[in-house]
Amino acid sequence: MVMRALDRKVLRDLWHLRGQVLAIGMVVAAGIAALIMSLSTLEALDETTAAYYERYRFGDVFAWVKRAPESVEQRIATVPGVRTVQARVSRFATVDIEGFAEPVMGQFVSVPAERQPVLNQLVLRSGRLPGEGAEDEVVLNEPFAEAHNLASGKQIVAVINGHRRELRIVGTALSPEFVYALGPGALMPDDRRFGILWMSHDTLAAAYDLKGAFNSVSLDLERGANTAQVLQQLDRILEPYGGVGAIAREDQLSNWFVMNEMEQLRTMSMILPTIFLVISAFLTNMVLGRLVATERGQIGLMKAFGYSSSEVGLHYAKFVIGIVFVGSLIGIVAGTWLGRMNTQMYADLFRFPILLYRPSTIAIVIAVSVSLASALLGSVGAVRHAARLPPAQAMIPPAPVVFGRMRLWDTRAARWLDQGSRIIVRNILRSPTRSTMTIVGVAAAVGLLVLAMQWNDSLNYLGQSYFFHAQHQDATIGLAEPQSDTIIRDFEHLPGVLAVEPMRIVGADLSVGPVTHRGSLTGLKSDAWLQPIFDDATARVVPVPADGLVLGTVLADKLGVSIGDRVWLEILEGRRPEVALPVVGLVETYIATPAFINIDALNRMLKERPSAEYVNLLIDSRHEAVFYAKLKELPMVSAVMLRQAAIDSFYGTIVEHIMVFITLFSSLACALGFGVAYNSARIALSERGRELATLRVLGFSRGEISYILLGETGLLIAIALPLGCLLGRGLSELMAASFNTELFRIPLKIEPSTFGLAVIIALAATLISALIVRHRLDHLDLVEVLKTRE
Amino acid sequence: MITTLIARDLTKIYRTGEVEVHALRGANLDLYEGELVVVLGPSGSGKSTLLNIIGGLDTPTSGSVRFRDHQLTGADESALTRFRRDHVGFVFQFYNLIPSLTAEENVALVTEIAERPLDPAKALGIVGLDERLHHFPAQLSGGEQQRVAIARAIAKQPEILLCDEPTGALDSETGILVLEAIDQVNRELGTTTAVITHNTVIGSMADRVLHVADGVIASIEENAERRPAAELAW
Repeated sequence: MVMRALDRKVLRDLWHLRGQVLAIGMVVAAGIAALIMSLSTLEALDETTAAYYERYRFGDVFAWVKRAPESVEQRIATVPGVRTVQARVSRFATVDIEGFAEPVMGQFVSVPAERQPVLNQLVLRSGRLPGEGAEDEVVLNEPFAEAHNLASGKQIVAVINGHRRELRIVGTALSPEFVYALGPGALMPDDRRFGILWMSHDTLAAAYDLKGAFNSVSLDLERGANTAQVLQQLDRILEPYGGVGAIAREDQLSNWFVMNEMEQLRTMSMILPTIFLVISAFLTNMVLGRLVATERGQIGLMKAFGYSSSEVGLHYAKFVIGIVFVGSLIGIVAGTWLGRMNTQMYADLFRFPILLYRPSTIAIVIAVSVSLASALLGSVGAVRHAARLPPAQAMIPPAPVVFGRMRLWDTRAARWLDQGSRIIVRNILRSPTRSTMTIVGVAAAVGLLVLAMQWNDSLNYLGQSYFFHAQHQDATIGLAEPQSDTIIRDFEHLPGVLAVEPMRIVGADLSVGPVTHRGSLTGLKSDAWLQPIFDDATARVVPVPADGLVLGTVLADKLGVSIGDRVWLEILEGRRPEVALPVVGLVETYIATPAFINIDALNRMLKERPSAEYVNLLIDSRHEAVFYAKLKELPMVSAVMLRQAAIDSFYGTIVEHIMVFITLFSSLACALGFGVAYNSARIALSERGRELATLRVLGFSRGEISYILLGETGLLIAIALPLGCLLGRGLSELMAASFNTELFRIPLKIEPSTFGLAVIIALAATLISALIVRHRLDHLDLVEVLKTRE
Repeated sequence: MITTLIARDLTKIYRTGEVEVHALRGANLDLYEGELVVVLGPSGSGKSTLLNIIGGLDTPTSGSVRFRDHQLTGADESALTRFRRDHVGFVFQFYNLIPSLTAEENVALVTEIAERPLDPAKALGIVGLDERLHHFPAQLSGGEQQRVAIARAIAKQPEILLCDEPTGALDSETGILVLEAIDQVNRELGTTTAVITHNTVIGSMADRVLHVADGVIASIEENAERRPAAELAW
């Protein structure tokens, strides 16, 4: 087929303006890539988790009790909406791994011997399930096994219910229940210090005196079942057996983190592409507007030859389509690749045994059509202008641009401006829309850079506050049962222990009116200093009151209470006392929704003698090794949380993931900054080439005319940089707000160096575009320019 | 008579693809101090190329140009820029004013980088635009714009004033006003002036008329008396 002449013109125009087309194409590509990446990843994670959960029968409801007889299982099964019930034993215990000095925490979960449980099934990665009657067989979760280089046949030692037991590894597995395996008190998964260990039900039940009983239950619900009602009934059934409150799948820790991650991706998939597509629309408009201006005569000719307005309009619309096409090609390739990388990163983090990834067709269709629509919409003014030009008028050159004269210029202050600077200022003022959009574009680039890099600052700040200001202990030890406070003396006598501080955490429902929060109460000594109440708002330690509650502000807001109000408490442990207590203090925390109480008051409430189930320890680092060795032998220890290990894994994870994130954002922001600055300068060059050539003829040097042209872009960028910093702050606030959950809040913290670095990177990107334009300026054809009349 | 500029054996060949265009084929030219020369020739004869080369805008393929004691041929880009900046004033057919600057500022544009400039207002006074100092190009008529261009060209007190079809875009009445301004500048400031045109009538206001044809100066005609520009008509 022979290509029509007009279409050939479109291709040649695109080729002629290839630098600008490519620069806009990059911005379009960035938007499309970001959209495809996040939507594909989202779709892949969505499908993968759904398939994973379904195939391995992830439970809908989870609950824990102290000890319930097996017969209760039957009663639970009769609750309307319940399809399957799986009762089991689940306990924390310390594990001793040869060659690893620190004690390791294990969550022991029972499975039927030689067969899969009905719910929360294991994905066997190697070996087999624990055998019938084989009391020492254990299956480890795969990441834990890999972190310690443990394979089937090897042995580990665990302190189960106070007895050291040698266990033989018979297999490794993954589970939908522990996609995000977070140990107690940890902010990030740490596969070296926290593992899941599956053993046969009979063995674990015998070890924990739970023969014919269970302490953990998971349910599978019928489609359309009323989850809230099931939870309520389950609580009622389990209450006499020491139930600590049932939760739905959405509150299950591992699942919550997976879903939260996906929620963040969803936010990202809205914010990022929007910025890029809006700016590419404006760039397209700018370039097309200029093309129409230079082709006035040709438009007149086309019309004189009998082309209709719509044909002319379509001709220029095709130019826009061409730009989007270039951008789409790059964007689809980049987005598909980034999507795969991103999904793989999540798959590695979450250890999905299956991964369903394909570049999302829907995402591609959405991305390309949205960018095409926005580019066409952005260029509608220019296209319409081209289509509407009457032929006779089109063929005469446009009237010279009228510059306004402002009083400003007569003032003394304006006198210092040389003529070159006046040209710059007047040209900026003459096209306020374009100047504004250039500023907006560069500011957006800076803003994105700030947004990306402040994560590091904010998370660092969070880490500082949580690990260094709010905590001073070296280790927190969890005890299998609440112990009388003579335990404090026992710990004080361990080698290397410098200070001991008891702590008690009990599950509790806190309610005010109809609002109930299922959480916990943290009991602290009135002189607690190893883990005090720390207020992030004031960065101060708040004293533990003798009576009453100190609530985290998020919890207080949820309950709608302030200081002086009373909160109804139902303790879910021991004698399950119910009592109303006044709120005597509020503190801001970044992690969780704590409710603090004096440990003595708590024990009195429980009608128990002074006791604790956690102790915070300060340890002399010179005696660490001996201390760990002793600790591993202590029977009552069920959990060990080492602050330094938590710090390491927190910062390790940040470095790993944030760097990927920052690199990605920075490249996108650079594409944006470059695209905007380059097009802005190129269009100024195209409009004013003649003017600049005249100046060259009049004896101005290359440097001097570069100043006039690039000074304009430079001045706009100078305005854009501080605005970009402000925008970055705003975006960061928006993002931080979207990350605001009950489990954690991200503080907004931006270091001055972050602003500085963002500005430098943006400047570098725009400088490259300036150098390219400068190169063109150096090759202005002086003679040619003077012959023609614009 | 002092020679301000000497050009010898100038050739200029433009290559566009496989086509060679000989714009100049060995042109010789002398400009004497203080004179007003009109360069006449049909379009395509090479007169603009000649002006571009002696003005330091273009370089010849062969031949030499000497301005006083400066050798222009072989000079590099920055030396040519320097030459234009310090010694040459240009007036173009399409005025080439900077639209974002007022008349006075357009002149100041040049005086700011000149060594011994006139006051911009005075330069505009010479061309009769005392009243239009603060107007932007878009607010001036074609003739007024061209006179601003002349004021801009002379404000630095150049040794040579080169005008390429200064009346080409103007009607005859306005054109004559512009020529009067050029004539006045030449007489009052003694600036060596070359006016390129294809309008033969203009030749009679010159000291000498150079006829350009086929890339050479075909003939030189000396006027015994210069006719005042006001008396011209076409």
